[in-house]
Amino acid sequence: MSTDVTKAAPQVGRRRRFSQLSKRDKIVLFSMVAVPTFLHIVFVWIPTLSTIVLSFTKWDGLSPVSSIKVVGLRNYWEIFTVFEAKLFAALFNNVVLLGFLFLGPSLLGVLLAYLLDKNIRGTRIYQGIYYFPVVLSLAVVGIIWKSVMFSERQGLLNHTWSILGDRTVFGQTEPIDFVGDQGKAFSFNIPFLDSALGPSKNFLVILLAIAWRHAGYVMVMYLAGLKSVDPALREAAAIDGCNEWQAFRNVVFPAMKPINVIVLVITVIEALRTFDIVAALNAPVGMELISLQVTENILGEGGGQVGRGSAYGVVLLIMCIGFIIWYLANHYREEQL
Amino acid sequence: MSNNYQPSPSPSEVGFSLISRRQALLGAAGVAGGAALLAACGSDAKEDGAAAPGATDGAAAPAASAAKGEVTFGSNYSDEKPKAALAATMAAFTNKDVTVKVNTVDHNSYQENITTYLQNPDDVMCWFAGYRMRFFAAKGLVGDISDVWGSLGELSGGFKTASTGDDGKQYFVPLYYYPWAVHYRKSVFAEKGYAIPKTWDEFLALCEKMTADGITPLVAANDGKWPQMGMFDMINLRTNGYQFHVDLMAGKKEWTSPEVAQVFTNWETILGHQQEGANGRTWQDGANALGAKEAGMYLLGTFVASNFDPAADPKAQEIIDDLDFFPFPSINPEHGQDAVEAPIDGFMMAAKPKNADAAKALLAYLGTAAAQEAYLAVDPSSVAASSKASTAGYNALQKKSAELVGSAKYIAQFLDRDTNPEFASKVMGDAIANFLDDPSKIAEILKGVEEQKKIIFAG
Amino acid sequence: MTAATATWAPDDPRANKQRVKPARVLLHGFLILTSLIWLVPLVSALYVSFRPYGETSRKGIFSAPDTLTLSNYTGAFKQGRMAHHYLVTLMIVIPSLVLILFLSSFVAFAVSRFTWRFNIALLLVFTAGNLLPQQVIIQPLFQMYKRIPLPWSDSGNLLDTLIGVGLIHISFQIGFCTFVLSNYMKTIPKELNEAAMVDGASVWRQYAQIILPLCRPAIAALATLEFTWIYNDFFWAVVLIKSGDKRPITSSISNLTGQFFSDDNLVASGSLLIALPTLVVYLILQKQFISGLTLGASKG
Repeated sequence: MSTDVTKAAPQVGRRRRFSQLSKRDKIVLFSMVAVPTFLHIVFVWIPTLSTIVLSFTKWDGLSPVSSIKVVGLRNYWEIFTVFEAKLFAALFNNVVLLGFLFLGPSLLGVLLAYLLDKNIRGTRIYQGIYYFPVVLSLAVVGIIWKSVMFSERQGLLNHTWSILGDRTVFGQTEPIDFVGDQGKAFSFNIPFLDSALGPSKNFLVILLAIAWRHAGYVMVMYLAGLKSVDPALREAAAIDGCNEWQAFRNVVFPAMKPINVIVLVITVIEALRTFDIVAALNAPVGMELISLQVTENILGEGGGQVGRGSAYGVVLLIMCIGFIIWYLANHYREEQL
Repeated sequence: MSNNYQPSPSPSEVGFSLISRRQALLGAAGVAGGAALLAACGSDAKEDGAAAPGATDGAAAPAASAAKGEVTFGSNYSDEKPKAALAATMAAFTNKDVTVKVNTVDHNSYQENITTYLQNPDDVMCWFAGYRMRFFAAKGLVGDISDVWGSLGELSGGFKTASTGDDGKQYFVPLYYYPWAVHYRKSVFAEKGYAIPKTWDEFLALCEKMTADGITPLVAANDGKWPQMGMFDMINLRTNGYQFHVDLMAGKKEWTSPEVAQVFTNWETILGHQQEGANGRTWQDGANALGAKEAGMYLLGTFVASNFDPAADPKAQEIIDDLDFFPFPSINPEHGQDAVEAPIDGFMMAAKPKNADAAKALLAYLGTAAAQEAYLAVDPSSVAASSKASTAGYNALQKKSAELVGSAKYIAQFLDRDTNPEFASKVMGDAIANFLDDPSKIAEILKGVEEQKKIIFAG
Repeated sequence: MTAATATWAPDDPRANKQRVKPARVLLHGFLILTSLIWLVPLVSALYVSFRPYGETSRKGIFSAPDTLTLSNYTGAFKQGRMAHHYLVTLMIVIPSLVLILFLSSFVAFAVSRFTWRFNIALLLVFTAGNLLPQQVIIQPLFQMYKRIPLPWSDSGNLLDTLIGVGLIHISFQIGFCTFVLSNYMKTIPKELNEAAMVDGASVWRQYAQIILPLCRPAIAALATLEFTWIYNDFFWAVVLIKSGDKRPITSSISNLTGQFFSDDNLVASGSLLIALPTLVVYLILQKQFISGLTLGASKG
C-alpha cells in the first residue's frame, strides 16, 4: 500500500514557509512539535548522552548526584581486563547472533518472499503461518520453546531423537538439557584472552527460537519490496537471457535497495537489543549478551554499578551507531534542508 | 580422602563474632529441645507467646501502640506453599487497626532486583540475615528497628546478633531458619542397607555402591546459579574450616590459594557421582529425582520438602514422611562436622517507611511465636526462630533440623548471604557453573575470580 | 518433503487449470514443509497444554492423550493472576497508544506540511532515537525516574509506576511513528493545504479536518503494530517495575515460571494465554499489521 511513497519526494518550495503563518498558528504549530520533541529528547536522548558521560564515572546510583566521581577510563579498563571473560563471551554471542540472523532466518525470509511472490495458490495462508511468530514477545517465545521443545523430560526435540534412536547429535546418550548445557560446541583461543571463545550449546539452541520469529519479518518486508519492483525490469532481464537466479541477483535484488537497507539495520539493532528471551530463561551461563551486562549492573543484587553498567551501554552504542548513521544517511540523502 | 590442610588463620572481626555465633547455636538448640537455656536470653519473655503479638503489648513496643492504617509488605514468598503460609501468618495478625498489603514477587527476580527494590521499597520486606543484611544496613538502605527488639524477648541473643548491623543497631527480625544437609529417602537406605556416611571415604564408598545399584548417587541442580554454592560452602567448611571460609567470604583470603584449589579437587572427586547437566536443572526438578528414587542423595536446604505438595499429589505425603537427612561428611579430621549452614530468613524495614508505626507493629508481631507458628503450620520445612514457638507441632525433620544446628559448633549463612552480594551473584554464580561445565578449567576460573574479587571488594 | 509433495501436489494444478509443472509441485512441497515446521512449536504447546504434566513427562509428548483437561489453563489463569495482569497491560497500552499516535502525528504534520529550518534535524532525531537499543538508555533513565517525583504513587517517584512505563513507551515509540507518518503525509498533495489556507482554515483545522482523516490507513496500521509492541514489552516493565502485581502481562511471565516449578504444561498454557491477544489481533488485522511494518520501510 505504500510503495508509491518513494516517488513522492517532496519538492522544495511547495510547502509553506513557517514565517508566512499567523501568530496564533505559529503558537499552535510550535506546541504540536514541542511536546513530543521534549518527551523524546528528555527520555531518550538525554539518557543516551548521559550514558556516555556516566561511563567515565563511578557512582552507586543511591548516593546524591553530587557524589559522582570521575574515574576516567577505569570502567573500560575493568570490563576489558578484569570482567573480560563475560564481556568477550557477550560480544562473541552478539556477533554470532548477528551473523546467524543474516545467514539463517534472513536468507530464508528472502527465499520465502521470492517464492510467495510467484502468484501461487494459498499465498496468504503461507504468509500467515510464517509471520505469526513475529507478533509474539521473544520472552513468550523463549518460555514456549523451553517448556515444549527443549524440555529435558518431555521436550519434543529429546523425544524426536529418542524415537529416531539417535541422540548422538550432542554426543550424549541421556536426554539433553538444551537450555542448561553451557558447554561450548567448539572453541578457539585468542592471544590476549585467558578463556577460550566459542558458542555454547544452549546459545546455539535458542538461536532456533529467535530464527523462528525473525524469518517471518524479513519475508514480509521483502514481499513488499518485490511488489514494488517494476515488472519491466524483470522482462528486460528475461529478454537479455538471464536465468532466474541471475535476474534476481543482478536486477531484482539491487532494485530493492531501500528494503535491503532497512532489513539490514533492523536485523543489526534487533541482534544487539536481544534481551527478553535470555532474561526469561533465567540468564544461564553460555547466553551472555551485552544487553544483559548493562542490566546486570542496574538490577542484579549488588547492582548499582552505574559507571560500569554505562560502559557496557557505550559498547552497545558503539556497535550500533555506525549502522544507524549509515541508515539515516541513506534515507535522508535526497531530502532538502 | 585427605588434603593440603593448612591451619586456620587467626579469628577476625568478620560480621558477628564467633562467640555470638555460638550463642546463636545454643539458642537454636534451645528452640529445638525446648530447653530452658533460652529463657535467660530473653529479657522480656512472655509466658504466653502464642496469645499476645507484640503489637498489643504497649509497654514493650511503644511504637506499636500508635499503629494504624496500611502497611505495605514486599514478599518473595512466591511459591505456592510459602505464599499460603505467609498469608496465614498475616491473617493471624491481631492488630485490626493495621492492614497489611502484600506485594509478592517471584523469588528469583526479587533477589536479582533487590538493589533496585531497596531504592523504592515496601514498608516491610523479606530478607536474610548475615552479610547481605549488614551490607544494606551500612548503606542506610534499611531502617533501624532497635526499638522493636525491645519487645522481642522470645528471640535469643544469638538471633539478635544475627540481626545486628555493623553499627550495633538491629535491622532485622528473624522468622525461621533452615539447615542445609544431605537429604535421602529412608526407604532406599533401608532397602539397600546403606549406612549414613560420616567421613569422606565412607561417602565416596556409598556413592560407588549406589552407582552399582543403578541409582545416581547425588542430585545436582544449579538453575539460577545458586544451588551448588551450598556444595562449595560445605566442602570448604569441611576442608578448610569455618574461619577460613568466613575470611574467604570477606575477601581476606585469596581464591588462588592452595586451600581453595583443594576444595575444588575434593569436589571433582564426586563430580562423577553427580547427575549430569546440573546447570540447567531447577532445584525442584532435582527434588523430583530424589522423590522418584532415581537419585540417592541431595545436598540442599530442608526446604526441599516444600517441593512435595500433598494437596496436589497423593504420593507427596509418603515422600515427605520418607525424607531424612544427615550432616555433610567430614573431610579434614581437624574440623570434623563442626560447621553447618543454616540461613536465617526474616524481615527488614524500609529506611523511610510510609507508615513507620504500623511497620514496627508488624515486625514486632512477626518475631513472636504466634506468627512463626502460624507460618510453620502451613509450611513446616523450617524451624521457628522464636524460643517460645511450640515444638509440639514439629515433624521429625524439623526436630532433626534443630538438633543438627544445635550440635554444630559454627553456623554459616550460605555463600550468597555470607559475602558481598555483587561478588556472589556476578562472580561466584558463574564461576561455579563454569567449574561444573568443565572442571579442568578450574585454575583459570579461580584466577578470574580473584581478579574480579579485588575490584568488587575495593568498592 | 517428498511425502508432503506427493499428497498435496495434485490439488494445485487443477485449481489453476494448468498442466502439472514439476517446479510448482516442488515449490508447494517446500512451502508446505516449512509451514508445518513453523507450526510445530505452537501446535505442540497447544497439545501439551490440554494434558496433565504427569502424563506427558512419563509418556512423552508424542503419546496419545489419556486425559484432556482444561485444568492447566484454569491453574495458570488463577495462579498467575492473569485477569489482573491483562488489566494492568490494558492500563498501560491504551493511553500510551492514543498519545503516541496523536503526538507523532503532530510532529509528522508539522515537518511534512511546513518548511522550517529544523525539519530534517528533527526527523533525524526521532528516527535515530527509535533505533537505539533500549539498554543504552536504561541506566540514566532509571536514575532519572528515581528522582522525578510523583507524589501520589506508592514509590513517590516514577519508578514502579504504570505512568513511568507508559511514559518511556510514548517517548521511545514516538520516534518510529513520526517517521512513518511523516513519510505518509508527504504523499498527500500540497494543494489540499493551500486551498484550505486560502479559505482561512487555521493550522489546527488543517491538521484535524484535512490531513488526519486522510492518514487513517497509516494510523490504523501503526495502532495495530504499536499495540503488539507495547503489549509484548518485557524489558521496560521488568526493569522499571518492582512490584509483582504491577507488572503487565508479558513481564509477569517470570512470575509464572517461578510459581509453576517444573510443570512445563502449566507454563505452556500460561504462555499461550499471554500470547492469545496478540495472535487474535494478528488474525483479525493481518493487513494493517503488515502494512504498518512496510510503511516504515518504503521510503528510500
